[in-house]
Amino acid sequence: MSSSSTVSTPEQTHRPAQSPPRQGGVQRTRRWVKRHLFPTPFQSLLTLVTLALLAWFVPRALDWLILSATFSGDSQADCLGDGACWLPVTQRIELFVYGFYPDTQTWRVNIAFALSAAIFPLLYLKRIDRRWVLGYLVALPFVMWWLLKGGAGLAEVSSTKFAGILVTVFLGVIGMLFALPIGILLALGRRSSKPAIKLLSVLYIELVRSVPVITLLFMASLMIQLFFPEGFTIDILLRVLIVLIMFTAAYMAETIRGGLQGIPRGQYEAAKALGFSYWKTMGLIILPQVLRNTIPPLLTQFIGLFKETTLVVVVGVLDIVGIAMSTTSAPEWLGLEHEVYLFLAMFFFTICFALSRYARHLEKQLEKSRS
Amino acid sequence: MQNNKMLGQITAMGLLGLSLAYAGAAQASLLDDVKARDALRCGVSSDKAGFSYLTDEGRWSGMDVDLCRGIAAAVLGDAEKVEFVVTTAKNRFTALASGEIDVLSRATTWTASRDANLGADFTTPWFYDGQGVMTHADFGVNSIEELDGAVFCLSPGTTSEQNLEDYFGRRGLSYRTVVIEKSTELYNAFQKGRCDAITNDMSGLASRRTQFADPDAYTLLPETISKEPLGAYVPQGDAQWRDIVTWTAFALMNAEELEVTSQNVESLREETRNPNIARLLGTDGRIGERFGLSNDWAYQAIRQVGNYAEIFARNVGPETPLKFDRGLNRLWSDGGLIYPAPIR
Repeated sequence: MSSSSTVSTPEQTHRPAQSPPRQGGVQRTRRWVKRHLFPTPFQSLLTLVTLALLAWFVPRALDWLILSATFSGDSQADCLGDGACWLPVTQRIELFVYGFYPDTQTWRVNIAFALSAAIFPLLYLKRIDRRWVLGYLVALPFVMWWLLKGGAGLAEVSSTKFAGILVTVFLGVIGMLFALPIGILLALGRRSSKPAIKLLSVLYIELVRSVPVITLLFMASLMIQLFFPEGFTIDILLRVLIVLIMFTAAYMAETIRGGLQGIPRGQYEAAKALGFSYWKTMGLIILPQVLRNTIPPLLTQFIGLFKETTLVVVVGVLDIVGIAMSTTSAPEWLGLEHEVYLFLAMFFFTICFALSRYARHLEKQLEKSRS
Repeated sequence: MQNNKMLGQITAMGLLGLSLAYAGAAQASLLDDVKARDALRCGVSSDKAGFSYLTDEGRWSGMDVDLCRGIAAAVLGDAEKVEFVVTTAKNRFTALASGEIDVLSRATTWTASRDANLGADFTTPWFYDGQGVMTHADFGVNSIEELDGAVFCLSPGTTSEQNLEDYFGRRGLSYRTVVIEKSTELYNAFQKGRCDAITNDMSGLASRRTQFADPDAYTLLPETISKEPLGAYVPQGDAQWRDIVTWTAFALMNAEELEVTSQNVESLREETRNPNIARLLGTDGRIGERFGLSNDWAYQAIRQVGNYAEIFARNVGPETPLKFDRGLNRLWSDGGLIYPAPIR
């Protein structure tokens, strides 16, 4: 090998675009393998054991998950192979996605999904005016609410028809977007020079942050109703949504406060010197920078909220987990818990992993634009 | 700024509040509310096989669900006018007391403390469950008393352990236990023969058995060692509404007793000479009106949902994966506990 490398070196200088990179690549790979996988005898042993485990596990997993698995059929009796039986998922995919939403109205759900998904590329595109993006984010929860719940021209759909991924996305997206303005106000309140405002903001943030979200959900489910006069009820979906908003807002306030602290003092002073009022300083100078800088952590927070929505199952809202649990207890699909829960895991992993990579990517872009 | 925050929250709530639902003034009766809403709100469970669960098409199904449909048919004339509200074991009574649901039909046991305390009134038992015992079929055992000296699989610290102790102690019989915390492992241990028998709610045992590799290798013994009368609860203090729910259940049971089914109810209404059937179906007398319903209330419920036997067979009977025996839920005339008060 050493001889070939000496031969290749002059060639490299002559024709840098052709074969040499491959040989160089081989060498680089070798070096990488040596340095990372087999640096010491003990590490080599670990590598070999891990590889052996993978070689044992991956084919079996693939076989069970895909090769011997059953994807089409009507009932559990059609699952003849040794592999996974995905029928409870494939047969119920509409239930998983749309819940009990009326069949003729599912286009509304599709539009709502598309509108929510559109947020993420919007955050990235630089050509679009920021004000449009902001307007979109402000309008979206209202539009989604109108689209999904109905009213003003659309047929009204009862909250009891909401279930599955629809609920998960509904709570996640609307919760996040409503929490954002509240979180900003709380963060500003916490840094306010007026003691009353500061105290109230701190109290709220610390109180909510030191209580588990599940406790708040139980409050919403069990206690709030008892405070209202008899016969006056707030939709359970709305109640859990308010809890998620309040909860996320408190955490978001802390993220944004971090962003506020990262803005150099000089900017505040410069704004003051130019005669800007508090709100103008914040709205035109400070917040735009803070929000741009905090998009990656806010996305991470969204991932957290998205997963937290699954807690609503304990108060009787059928999100995707609720549908999954109902599926595993339906008589025709008894005993297929593994497949159903794996499907859940894959659903959340796909979305959350994609979003976290996206957040990472945005972060890198930010670093680049700073340097 | 705090004001702004508050203002923000209030506006948000106000805007979202489009869906605020008024169940009407507290004085108005539930019947009027349900009629005004043109929908019955029924609290159910989302994951109890055979009682309330979802089919692949996203349709609610089960014994408890069918009771809701029967009530909707009796009150509103249409079994489909039900909004199913998912409740959990923890929030079910709050939902009932706060008016979020009109009926709680969620495999809930009738006990004194619940009837007395929780702002709820029980109607009538709809399904008699109880703690049962499952054993290996090749033992050839036909009753629990033959299991003297047997090894039982149990989960620790449950009421089922206490009930078993009471039952065997009273009869001077002995048993040994294998205690396992997780229920999946518990049932696996039983299947592998680590214990001779396993005890739990009858309905739970039956649905677990369907998951076994060879369900026919196990028998459910007919006796129950604890009482679990399950049925619907209604909010406390509305006697008319409680009557309606109770008598809808009775009407469906009476239909079985009088051999009125969803198939023959149409023709029987025209041509029956049996005065009991005529009163049930509203062609004679005006019982429905006295409940504040129309006279064909029971006819509608039977036609759209079926009688008790049909409901049982469709949801948990031998043709379903659950394969329940009628057991205690036979008519009184067949030696069971289903004894509907007469409609006259």
